[in-house]
Amino acid sequence: MALPPNPAFTAPHVNDPMVPQPYRIAGRREENYDTFTLELVPLGDEEPHGFRPGQFNMLYLFGIGEVPISISGDPARPELLAHTVRALGTVTTAMKELKVGDVVGLRGPYGSSWPFEALQRQDVIIVAGGIGLAPLRPLIHHLLSERRRYGRLVLLYGARTPGDLLFQKQLAKWDEKTALEVHLTVDRGTVAWRGNVGVVTTLIPRVQFDVSHASAVICGPEIMMRYSALELEKRGMARDQIYVSQERNMKCAVGFCGHCQFGPHFVCKDGPVFPFSLVAPLMKVREV
Amino acid sequence: MALQTLEVSELGEILAALAQRGYRLLAPTIRDGAIVYDEIDSHQDLPIGWTDEQEAGSYRLLRREDEAVFGYVVGPHSWKRYLHPPALTLWRAERSEEQGFTINEERAEADKVAFIGVRACELHAIGIQDRVFLQGEHVDSHYRARRENAFVLAVNCSQAGGTCFCVSMNTGPKVNEGFDLSLTEVLVENRHFFTVEVGSDLGAEVLDEVASREATAAECQEADRSVQNAVEQMGRSLDTEGLKELLYDNLEHPRWLEVADRCLTCGNCTMVCPTCFCTTVEDVTDLGGESAERRRLWDSCFTTEFSYLHVRPRVTISLPLTLSPGGSVRSSSASRYRQWLTHKFGTWFDQFGTSGCVGCGRCITWCPVGIDVVEELNAIRHTPGSGASERGE
Repeated sequence: MALPPNPAFTAPHVNDPMVPQPYRIAGRREENYDTFTLELVPLGDEEPHGFRPGQFNMLYLFGIGEVPISISGDPARPELLAHTVRALGTVTTAMKELKVGDVVGLRGPYGSSWPFEALQRQDVIIVAGGIGLAPLRPLIHHLLSERRRYGRLVLLYGARTPGDLLFQKQLAKWDEKTALEVHLTVDRGTVAWRGNVGVVTTLIPRVQFDVSHASAVICGPEIMMRYSALELEKRGMARDQIYVSQERNMKCAVGFCGHCQFGPHFVCKDGPVFPFSLVAPLMKVREV
Repeated sequence: MALQTLEVSELGEILAALAQRGYRLLAPTIRDGAIVYDEIDSHQDLPIGWTDEQEAGSYRLLRREDEAVFGYVVGPHSWKRYLHPPALTLWRAERSEEQGFTINEERAEADKVAFIGVRACELHAIGIQDRVFLQGEHVDSHYRARRENAFVLAVNCSQAGGTCFCVSMNTGPKVNEGFDLSLTEVLVENRHFFTVEVGSDLGAEVLDEVASREATAAECQEADRSVQNAVEQMGRSLDTEGLKELLYDNLEHPRWLEVADRCLTCGNCTMVCPTCFCTTVEDVTDLGGESAERRRLWDSCFTTEFSYLHVRPRVTISLPLTLSPGGSVRSSSASRYRQWLTHKFGTWFDQFGTSGCVGCGRCITWCPVGIDVVEELNAIRHTPGSGASERGE
């Protein structure tokens, strides 16, 4: 039996979730040798979409393709949508050549966000690995904008080498001025590096927090998130106080393409941010 | 409206009435030695007098001794090829001076089509895809437009195929909702007729144009017997009790490795499945790079590209820089088979509130090595727990 017609959907030029809108590059910054940040503004007159920390957009490069990229900017300034991109695949490598004034397609924002409301009055341990700091940065902006609502704020950030560490100036400034404790570590140091060497999980035993009022947000390679979470559990943090941001292949971002399935979850719409308690059993299984 | 009776010769009139109303007739027809769905001109193009013989990894058409119009079950095609087409252009874009490029949406339009001979399992499959594309936060406007323009002439099965198990999945063999008209074909001694059930106002209008009459009690009984025949012939049966939990508890069961030894990861099962909905996209340009378009294509979770990530989940950040961190999340065939079967019979419930399987048996018939989902699920059920439960760390 045919479905009854619904004028909302049969009208010409329906608001198709698969159609990107044009955005102009208003700012561009090299972050390191393979990572850069693009700041995007809508080309039309429409109001910028707000976004919640942890959400992502689908960015389209004319004729090349589309990729999911987390929003890395300040949620209080949605008119300038920052996306920090690591040139790894065809699309992101081509994006590296983009200049201010160029136009990309954008649709979004999609997905779940860091639970900033649930973090209030808590000590918040932020654990980031590599480019995993990018989706956490909007949350840091947000936490610092209401600094007094939160307890101790600690960022543990690991990268492969000192040259891979993102947003270094900003981190130094935050560390000095805003009572965000920043601890950095690298897998391999350089002659000039005087900081920690070792994976990010090695920083966890040294951090101080009030176990009864603490939460953690983690973003990085899946195995790093899992071991960080387990390390935090060893410190007594409850599993449901820990949040992770998952990554899977993604083509549509709206639950149609099936690529991002992670067990029963669609990373695009149920995630990318999940309570660790929900996904821990699956993260233990290989190749889910 | 009471059950009506149609003489066999009057089926052509129903189809003509639909064509008259502007419907393209899509129906079973024979091509390349199989029953496929395609456009037909009249009832003459239906596979009259043919039947099929199906088993795991085997499909054969045979001549019947009678002139049954719907005397076969389902072939490799399903109606999803019309509602959720294998290839679809989502939009086109042109390069432009001032603003880089402009995007022209493909309008979500669809012809009026009449699906002729839709089986109960297939109607359930359409209902399942409705949940995927219409009932979430986002709506697939292309699917929606096609769905709004489809007339469903259903057929109750009067025989079952060797790989059918709709009775186990509670999806057949009799259609109960979602149709405009539904036929039951009866062939007894010297009589050959259809009983017709009306499922919608539109169905009633179409039937009105044909000289049907109220079915007699005897005719209704014959129709019931015909459907009962299909129930009794059911080729397979599956114990569905607690399947979801069974699969969730057995993600590390050794059977996944055993089936992976046989599985070619060809994806045939996903292509013939009437509910599998996964797609990929392809961005193409003309040679001059002035215009581009995005196409959506059916995809299969059996390919390694399906789960490709530029940094695999188990790569640690300390990987040497010279080594590519990219790869497939599900690189083993065992993990890909597990993904498909666990999705179909397990995670689908959490995602869409229903099983993803309708028991049509296509994946069994069209598996080139004859892997049988019923057999695989039974194997796990009969040796549960040998893979450690993944509940808790």
